[in-house]
Amino acid sequence: MKPSISVDELMTSGHQACQGCGATLTMRYALKGLGPETVVVLPACCWTIIAGAAPRCSIGVPLLHAPFAAAAAAASGVKAGLSARGDGRTTVMAWAGDGGTYDIGIQALSGAADRDEDIIYCCYDNEAYMNTGIQRSGGTPSGAWTMTTPGKEGSERPKKDLDAIMEAHRIPYIATATPAYPEDMVRKFAKAKTIKGFRFIHVLSPCPPGWKYDTADTVKLSRLAVQTGMFALYEIAEGRFKLNLNPAKRKPVGEYLKPQGRFRGLKPDAEAAIQAEVDARWALLSQRHARGT
Amino acid sequence: MPRLKDEPLSTPVVTPSARPMSENPTGDWRSVAPRIDAEKCTGCLLCWKFCPEACVDVAGEVPRIDLHYCKGCGVCATECPAHCVHMSEEAAS
Repeated sequence: MKPSISVDELMTSGHQACQGCGATLTMRYALKGLGPETVVVLPACCWTIIAGAAPRCSIGVPLLHAPFAAAAAAASGVKAGLSARGDGRTTVMAWAGDGGTYDIGIQALSGAADRDEDIIYCCYDNEAYMNTGIQRSGGTPSGAWTMTTPGKEGSERPKKDLDAIMEAHRIPYIATATPAYPEDMVRKFAKAKTIKGFRFIHVLSPCPPGWKYDTADTVKLSRLAVQTGMFALYEIAEGRFKLNLNPAKRKPVGEYLKPQGRFRGLKPDAEAAIQAEVDARWALLSQRHARGT
Repeated sequence: MPRLKDEPLSTPVVTPSARPMSENPTGDWRSVAPRIDAEKCTGCLLCWKFCPEACVDVAGEVPRIDLHYCKGCGVCATECPAHCVHMSEEAAS
């Protein structure tokens, strides 16, 4: 059978990720879409560890480690440096977790988006500070347990709508992706590569130790997130909105929540509230899809 | 933005590390190992596509999982539509 995505691997085996890590699949597909002429800029995040200790590196492209708050600023600088040396071709990608994006890196991110820096910013969102042991971030959804959400009922606050914040910056390209849909993800990175200006890609990246599920279920949960409508696959190119997957009938959110230990403390009414929120969000997304903006 | 005058264009600007993490065999992290039933395999490549370790070789007719690197997560066994990947306990070493 002919492979539906490139067989070229820029991410090598032997990396330091946990078993079943969604962020490694995300990097694998991202680099398939971007190709070797890419520089990756990492703030503190899981991938700081996954990449391995110098001089070894688990991705076959140059990698710069940046301070936690500075991914977008450092990537802007790398791009400016490359341009100053006459290299207009190399793609510069900031690659940050949800902590480095939703919370700690948001100032640098907003600044770079506002300047319309010619970089790609990818947030691989595992919905908490997983690298340091599951502390709540702005990306943690309501009801999810973390080490810093007291009690059994999990996060009281809802997940911050970062995509809306990025859209408000009126940047040329915004897309969402998740590893269960590799062709979609590879296509979005390849498309982002061809666009000039600030491009933002938000990837939902399942995390077995942080979400408390069996390592074998990473792709299954990633798929369920989309099938239940908890995570929507869409892109906004030059202001035009398009749902990439619009399930005629969404599965109940419980199918996504139940296999995850982090939602074990959810009360039935909390699950119903999450379902109502998802339904309301999809009504809006469907309207936007029909309208095309 | 002007190019710096003292740097010829031929200067390599940035280079990837010459030493990949594939020097780091992670197979000993594993407690269960996958085995592909070659008779049932349909060659759909999903085990290769969804491998978080990128350690499935698809050059041959049946995919080959490189146990030097496989951490035994079991994603391939869950995703295989033909149910031909089996996970089995490894003997303690």
